[in-house]
Amino acid sequence: MHEMAIAQSILDITMDTAARSGAKKVTCIKLLIGQMTQVEPEALRFCFSAMAAGSLAAGAELEITIVPLVGHCRDCGGEYLIENFRFLCSACGSAALELISGRELRVEYLEVD
Amino acid sequence: MQIEVMTNILDKNDKLAAENNALLSQHGIFTLNLLGSPGSGKTSLLELTITALRNDIRMAVIEGDLFTAKDADRIACHGVPVVQINTGGGCHLDASMVKTALDKLDLTALDLIIIENVGNLVCPAEFNIGEDAKATVLSITEGEDKPLKYPLVFKQAGVVVLNKIDLLPYTSFDMAAATEDIVSLNPQVVLVTASCRSGEGLEGWYDWLKRQLAAKRSATVRP
Repeated sequence: MHEMAIAQSILDITMDTAARSGAKKVTCIKLLIGQMTQVEPEALRFCFSAMAAGSLAAGAELEITIVPLVGHCRDCGGEYLIENFRFLCSACGSAALELISGRELRVEYLEVD
Repeated sequence: MQIEVMTNILDKNDKLAAENNALLSQHGIFTLNLLGSPGSGKTSLLELTITALRNDIRMAVIEGDLFTAKDADRIACHGVPVVQINTGGGCHLDASMVKTALDKLDLTALDLIIIENVGNLVCPAEFNIGEDAKATVLSITEGEDKPLKYPLVFKQAGVVVLNKIDLLPYTSFDMAAATEDIVSLNPQVVLVTASCRSGEGLEGWYDWLKRQLAAKRSATVRP
């Protein structure tokens, strides 16, 4: 249940940002979550709503965008979706694949009143 | 009104982990984050490692468990410094817990710290704690399907130890499939097949550790 720790970090970032901007209420938190992170969106929403109760962010919606797992092949130069967690270039078979996306865990922006 | 944030959710933990790593690196200490399921053989591997390498390498252990000091007690019998962290139900160690544990060790007298994380293939993989590398232990009895079910913990490992190979004749474990899945997830991984019970194959693990220590030593300018 590491979603609890992740929810706490999201709440900390949200409260810091809200305090700096003088917001009265946070209505929506936009998150980018990579496909190769181990965050279960429903568990995260549940943890967040429990933690945010009574704060400026109480009732805020977590809007989650899942970012696909994409690799760049250093040998053939292509960019490919990584399927079934096979980190070999789907075009040339090379193992020299670097991740370009799919590991994000990021607060993108807040909607505030 | 919209406010741009663009902050990594684990930013605070990652910064603390980087501080831990900088402190350990100042002392030339190679730090390993040891991961795997409960019962996969992490503590047994540690005990054998201490016995095999203690004359050549000054090491300490940090033990992470939800409750009890059972693992720290096992390690303490081998006469190396050990600190137990109890997460009190928490499913993983984080950089802040490790920072507190490091305060209890004499870093000037160490070459290697192995941090045995909470037994769990999921949560510990998301949290850096200041390590130079991760090692993942998978035991034969867990089944060959685990790497693709829990990909991150195998993707991030510098070395994967397939433990309990002495039990292969008694299980339907498909070694070829396990190997293929681990290598395709992590083509750069060092894969060691071993048995902590018979001792078979452990040389590969000791060699890997010694190579990491040598690399750390050559990268370190001691004050």
